[in-house]
Amino acid sequence: MQLAEVTGTLVATVKYEGLEGVRLLVVQPLDRDRRPHGDMIIAADAVDMAGPGELVYIVASREAALAMPEPFVPVDHAIVGIVDQVAR
Amino acid sequence: MQLGRVTGTIVSTINHPTYDGRRLLMCDLLDSEGVDTGGYLICVDTVGAGSGETVLILDEGNGARQVVGDPNGPIRAVVVGIVDELLIEGETVELE
Repeated sequence: MQLAEVTGTLVATVKYEGLEGVRLLVVQPLDRDRRPHGDMIIAADAVDMAGPGELVYIVASREAALAMPEPFVPVDHAIVGIVDQVAR
Repeated sequence: MQLGRVTGTIVSTINHPTYDGRRLLMCDLLDSEGVDTGGYLICVDTVGAGSGETVLILDEGNGARQVVGDPNGPIRAVVVGIVDELLIEGETVELE
């Protein structure tokens, strides 16, 4: 799992079945010091509460689809939590 | 599996239900000489690891789900051990 910042939202009217109602957000993966690292990713919002500007953590691969209400969906990155604080 | 060093914890109130009550650790990744690679992973703790400890990390979903006992949980990275000693070619690698 990785840190990311939500930078935007994405709207797609035509989607594969199972993706109806799934919030899609644009996220920028971050390194450990919260600097941008790598390319932006479209992630499904599995907590249904994340929004632009928020620090979140994302899970990739098959586990991303498991975070969704219908786990057999074509999703490869999902937001699974909103970060309040990183305690050192 | 990979070597990591715990640098902190993640506090999160709003999360997927699978993460309720689980400790999330920020772990820097280490190479075979115990040196920081620059990478990191957020891992679910299963062994009670704390800051500064060198740990064994599993970053694979099927094994992770088995470890946390949730066959459908969206968890991929878990800390599954605390490393006491690492020997490579007969030499002890300095951890810390």
